[in-house]
Amino acid sequence: MSASTRSVAFDTPAREKAADAFGMWVFVGSEAMLFGAVMLVFFVARVSYGPAFAAASKHLSLTLGTLNTAVLITSSFTMALAHFYSDARRWRAAVGTLAATALLGIAFLAIKGTEYAMEFHEGIAPVLGAPFTFDGPDPVHAAFFFGLYFTMTALHGLHLACGIIVVAGLLALWRGADASSRKRRVQAVGLYWHFVDVVWVFLFPVLYLINR
Amino acid sequence: MSSDAATQLSYLDEGAGPRAWLLTTDHKRVAWLYLVSLTAFFFLGGAFAVLMRLELATPGGDLVSDDVYNRLFSLHGIIMVWFFLVPSIPATLGNFLLPLMIGARDLAFPRLNLASWYVFVFGSLFALFSVLAGGVDTGWTFYTPLSTLYANGFVSTAAMGVFIVGFSSIMTGINFIVTVHTLRAPGLTWFRLPIFVWTIYATALVMVLATPVLAASLILIVLERVFGIGIFNPDLGGDPLLFQHLFWFYSHPAVYIMILPGMGVVSEVLPCFSRRPLFGYKAVALSSMAIAVFGFLVWGHHMFVSGQSAYAGVIFSFLSFCVAIPSAIKVFNWSLTLRKGEITFEAPMLYALFFLALFTFGGLAGLFLAALAVDVHVHDTYFVVAHFHYIMVGGMVTAYMAGLHFWWPKMTGRMYSETWGRIAAAATFIGFNLTFFPQFVLGFLGMPRRYHTYPPEFQFWHVLSSAGAVVLAAGYLMPLFYLGWSLFRGARAPDNPWGATGLEWQTASPPPPHNFERMPRVSRPPYAYAMKGLKHERFSPHKETTGETAA
Amino acid sequence: MSFGIPFAPGEASSSAGSVDTLFYALLGFTGALGGFLTLLVVGYAVKYRAGSGANRTGERGRSLPLEIGWTLASLVIAFAIFGWGATLFVRRDHPPADALQIAGLGKQWMWEFRHPGGQREIDELHVPVGKPVVVSLASQDVIHSFFVPAFRVKQDAVPGRTTHVWFTATEPGRYHLFCAEYCGTQHSEMGGWVDVLPPEQYAAWLSGQGEGETLAAAGEKLFRALGCSGCHGASSKVRAPPLDNVYGRPVALANRSTVIADERYLRDSILQPAKEVAAGYEPVMPSFDGLVDEAELQMLLAYLKSLSPQGPPNNEAIR
Repeated sequence: MSASTRSVAFDTPAREKAADAFGMWVFVGSEAMLFGAVMLVFFVARVSYGPAFAAASKHLSLTLGTLNTAVLITSSFTMALAHFYSDARRWRAAVGTLAATALLGIAFLAIKGTEYAMEFHEGIAPVLGAPFTFDGPDPVHAAFFFGLYFTMTALHGLHLACGIIVVAGLLALWRGADASSRKRRVQAVGLYWHFVDVVWVFLFPVLYLINR
Repeated sequence: MSSDAATQLSYLDEGAGPRAWLLTTDHKRVAWLYLVSLTAFFFLGGAFAVLMRLELATPGGDLVSDDVYNRLFSLHGIIMVWFFLVPSIPATLGNFLLPLMIGARDLAFPRLNLASWYVFVFGSLFALFSVLAGGVDTGWTFYTPLSTLYANGFVSTAAMGVFIVGFSSIMTGINFIVTVHTLRAPGLTWFRLPIFVWTIYATALVMVLATPVLAASLILIVLERVFGIGIFNPDLGGDPLLFQHLFWFYSHPAVYIMILPGMGVVSEVLPCFSRRPLFGYKAVALSSMAIAVFGFLVWGHHMFVSGQSAYAGVIFSFLSFCVAIPSAIKVFNWSLTLRKGEITFEAPMLYALFFLALFTFGGLAGLFLAALAVDVHVHDTYFVVAHFHYIMVGGMVTAYMAGLHFWWPKMTGRMYSETWGRIAAAATFIGFNLTFFPQFVLGFLGMPRRYHTYPPEFQFWHVLSSAGAVVLAAGYLMPLFYLGWSLFRGARAPDNPWGATGLEWQTASPPPPHNFERMPRVSRPPYAYAMKGLKHERFSPHKETTGETAA
Repeated sequence: MSFGIPFAPGEASSSAGSVDTLFYALLGFTGALGGFLTLLVVGYAVKYRAGSGANRTGERGRSLPLEIGWTLASLVIAFAIFGWGATLFVRRDHPPADALQIAGLGKQWMWEFRHPGGQREIDELHVPVGKPVVVSLASQDVIHSFFVPAFRVKQDAVPGRTTHVWFTATEPGRYHLFCAEYCGTQHSEMGGWVDVLPPEQYAAWLSGQGEGETLAAAGEKLFRALGCSGCHGASSKVRAPPLDNVYGRPVALANRSTVIADERYLRDSILQPAKEVAAGYEPVMPSFDGLVDEAELQMLLAYLKSLSPQGPPNNEAIR
């Protein structure tokens, strides 16, 4: 057993890296089924209550939504750079881009939080017994839209928060890790990060851009 | 050859304290952690079942109140499905055997494997809490709007428990898939894999792809109960049938999570005790994958009378008949494996033959349910109850017992008592049929399921069923004692007591910590029992000198 | 012969016989196949037990023709059974046009039925022998299921939608009515009896219940009390679509699609008027969600249907 593999199961770090990446792909497939199920619920409701959903969607902040999309796509870019730098063993640059990725993730959550606060303030958050006021033609189904909106974005936010924690953990363990562990981890975490980003790329048009 | 095993250090010798067990990353020890927890759940769920059968011996509600009865069957279902059947063979035998069978030192992610057990325990704490705090009365299916708006039990905690053990399934599934892809021994090509590995692989695929959908639907249930988001509530624009679609999209494939590993076990045991290669190896392997794929397409057959459109009913019925084909192929191949063999009838073989019978009859009963017009009549009656118990208990639990006896010498280094093993196998077979066959008749007569009281004309069949349950319970309790006894007093097992092929038998019993002293190389197809020049000695307890007699 | 032990449920509807024919055919087939496999396995187990002197030469581990053969045979048989079951099943969707219309409502834990003449009964359903009966099912709370074993019919009652079940009773008698979908604490108590009466006795029973107002008349009263007539009436100032002869006919919608005005559409138009607005009208109608319960909704639907005396063409109602 080589000293640089983490698990007793593998002979070489290269095989372990390949297995880690493959495992992460399988996990991403599993996660895709999770978001797929929730999206399916959304689409069924969208077909049933199209006008109510379109009217409700107009109350979301397109500015903040677009800004968040930009933030997240930038973070995917920095994550891709981190992957590139760690493969090239340019460790300082890798650490820098990873930290930037995590910070952009935090920025995303902060903007999302602001948006949630605005929506609570406006009275269009039908959760936790908050008062719900909506002046459109079909408030019941508008509430349904916002229920789904909060479910889907919170689920995505939770995944992003997990991603930030994992990147932070990766940085915390950076010094103690050898080169092959670093590369392996950056690759696996990167895959996950890009997946969470792609989920948002689906959520954004579906939630914000109905009939705009 | 068994003397080698005694001198080597086995995985069981690596420390006996709680730390050595609870912090282990050895897949063989994690298998034991699962085995102990699952056994506890099996007997808890079984106790609920016995209480139900006692209540149903009379038509009136004499023993327990309606609320208690509803909690009994709900908890029986929840515990048996999610805390026993889904993890049963994969997490115990699968965990123990998968690396051994493919010649690996461990699973690809040993720490993830241990973590999956902790997640399982964490989830089961939620379930146990809802049992102790007052139970759940939604049935294991959590149908809305009963579960979201009307049920007064601890639905959210139970649903959270199921949600969390779902993660444990996903972690196990990822681990198994990656292990099979990356850690096969040199020469072990896909079509040299034992069928057990094929079925565990198919199971893992279903776990990874279906469990998240269950997770999503349970999240939505909890959100609806706690936050008032009305996704399944018709008053708020939701649709109760949507929940059924999501639920069965997981829970039908979950049936195959439960049965596929059982098919794998039987495909190992039948050839071994027939001394014949498995008939139609490739057909059996590929039909396992076919079952995994088709299993995703038939969820709607749980909803023929739910109000979904008639066209949907017809399509799902058609697909359900399609999924019957690979199962039929398997049964024919298993039967022909016996042909021209040298058959002996040790306990694992008895269990495997009983599996073959019960699975076949349960599967044939499935034809009635897939045939639309008949399903309309027997849907949600005891016919359905009998059908899925024939598959889940008669099939899966029997296969689990077969596997447990077959690999017990490998796992413990000890032989169990063959006489007691055969008695227990016979008791479960008789008790099982007595319990569940009358339920087919009850269902055809129109006895709905989940009934606390029933019209008196049904009593005859209910009494038979309750009597059978007692025999069945005895059949399941016996192994607890004689297997437990053998742990301490059983004869020392040789490395390969059954003269079986398969890499797991080429290492010591019990195996050393990293499974193999020397990495195996594979140059033969699986189940090479009848190949010329190969002689497999079989273990005979009478020849051993350790003093344990078979009786 | 059977010593009072029941083996099969009675057959008391026009479809029970054909369902049973399929059931017994399946029983025969599965019995034969199961018996054959049992004999095969037991036979092999005895013949090839270890130490027996059976001839073991010429053994084979696989056979492609055999695999293809039994796969094809299974396919053919499975599709035959599928076709048979599906043919009987789709009849569920096509009740005869002259069927008696009864409204059934499930609630925890009772069944309530209303006859066209307004007669109302709980956990008991009287129907005439020999006449097709359509029960339209709704639920006030959770999912229930209308199940009469002797008729071989079952249909869930789902909150938020209307479902249908139909049968023609053939034998006078008293038959179990069950709720087959688990619905909470007293699920096993939810049910009662279906009384099948000869036509003259049924007529006597109906008149013995007193001349209540008909379901449609109750619906008409409600139509006025809720203010529907204020806009949908002939002389109203607010422009709303007239409802005469709407049921069962195509309606052009504002989004340029067309729907058939079936029960689903009428129901949705009362509860979610903004969803499918008829072309040429403003979406001004308020929702009556929460203002009418399921029973009142069934009365309103009965009234709206009575405005289309010819009934829907092609029996589209059940879709």
